Amino acid sequence: MTAISVLPLNQRLALDHFDIDDGGSHILVNQESCASRSLGPLLVAVCPAGVYSLNGVGQVDVEYAACLECGTCFAAVPEGTLSWHYPSGSCGISFREG
Amino acid sequence: MPEPDFDAIVVGAGPAGCVAATLLARAGHQVVLIERGSTPGSKNLSGGVLYGRVLETVFPDYAAEAPVERRITKHTTTFLNADSAVSIDYWAKSLAKPVNAVTVLRAHFDEWLASQAEEAGAFLMAGVRVDELMVESGQVVGVRAGEDELRTRLVVAADGVNSFLARAVGLRGTPRQEQVALGVKGVLRMDPKTIEDRFGVRGGEGAAHAIVGDCTKGVAGGAFLYTNKSSLSLGVVMRLDDLIAKGFKSSDIFEHCYTHPGLAPYLDGGELIEYGSHLVAEGGLEMLGEVSSDGLIVIGEAVGLTINSGFAVRGMDLAIGSAIIAARLADAALRHGDTSAQALDYRQRLLGSYIGQDLKTYAKAPAFLHRNRLYSDYGMLAAEVFRGVFSLDTTPRQHLLKCAREAVRGSGVGYRKLLADGLAGVRSL
Repeated sequence: MTAISVLPLNQRLALDHFDIDDGGSHILVNQESCASRSLGPLLVAVCPAGVYSLNGVGQVDVEYAACLECGTCFAAVPEGTLSWHYPSGSCGISFREG
Repeated sequence: MPEPDFDAIVVGAGPAGCVAATLLARAGHQVVLIERGSTPGSKNLSGGVLYGRVLETVFPDYAAEAPVERRITKHTTTFLNADSAVSIDYWAKSLAKPVNAVTVLRAHFDEWLASQAEEAGAFLMAGVRVDELMVESGQVVGVRAGEDELRTRLVVAADGVNSFLARAVGLRGTPRQEQVALGVKGVLRMDPKTIEDRFGVRGGEGAAHAIVGDCTKGVAGGAFLYTNKSSLSLGVVMRLDDLIAKGFKSSDIFEHCYTHPGLAPYLDGGELIEYGSHLVAEGGLEMLGEVSSDGLIVIGEAVGLTINSGFAVRGMDLAIGSAIIAARLADAALRHGDTSAQALDYRQRLLGSYIGQDLKTYAKAPAFLHRNRLYSDYGMLAAEVFRGVFSLDTTPRQHLLKCAREAVRGSGVGYRKLLADGLAGVRSL
């Protein structure tokens, strides 16, 4: 039997329904505290939606519109690294299956 | 003090919140059910098996009336290695009647639950995010959502695993990394006939596969593969501390599981239609925080109510059970005009219920499941024993005991660890 292929992450996310929060990002990174403890790679690794990436100047970029709102990033880093709350009412991910 | 707008405000329209709102409305209270998703269920995701007997006490015929996927009559537990697997298969007709467990897709199921709450008289307010609790002189008196303030005699927090409400009033701290797991799930569309043929079920019945081992690249946790009506739910669950320690990307582990040759016969041809994730409380009894304060009662995953017995992973049934207990106590407290934590007496009643007893029974399960050998060595060991039994290569056979001995010797686990793990498993699961 041939191996099963899986859609890459960006195409998996494209299957989902998102309503972007016009109020801006519900995730804010404390870059200083993140850099001082080298937490960038950890955020990149744990997030199943690839919300976090490292940019050229060693900071963490946040693609908040792709957030699946699980809260894993928030649980993975020490307090004070992230400000994380849910998007405004009706905004963000809407599961059609769940 | 201003007159309350409602007797009770329930935050979160998952199974816990919907059941609490239904029961409080049925008892004649003015109830509002606030949900941040545009429709109830749209923010909610779970693996998908609901052990629903407890729900029958609220909706006696839920399995026929609610949009459930399949009645689960087959449970398969598999140790999956890179190129071998050993499974235990349990099928029983009796699991169909009364219906023991069903698969659900929460966007559909929770929407039905919320409609039942509305039918009972609760007022549903969807698309509204509760920002914070209003607290006056130590008593929770309402919620704030943007500019709006809603006052109430009692807030029921059913706002899920991240429960910002319970945290904000100090009922819960931040969970430790080993107390939570990340679930990443895909839903694959497949026609019902193919599902029934592949999983060996018929007539709307379904199978639930729990898998450990190479499906998570050995990260503590496992995978699940559940049958829905015309789709499969496939997911990986990874304990956060071990995911971080092993340094894998969570999305890569999902892909590894999805493309695992051991699962290909089930997944082949399935079309992925949704991708999601959910943080799972895995701390068991130890993680149970404070569950109420004056004017506030917390239910479901918001108090960390989940049990992983190693075989059955429970969350929704405990959420519903806690909602039933909380609603009964809240009804009495509202009637007596005293919603203090002491009058509610929720913690004691919760711990004294079958939920509390189950939490105690499985209190040692999380620690047992921390034994890393479960996620790699034992699957290989079991496969090695069966290789000795089935792989007839014209060399003389040996008795099973000798096969097993040689497999243990070859595995590097050692008898002492095997015995210790075996005893611990028998005692904690």
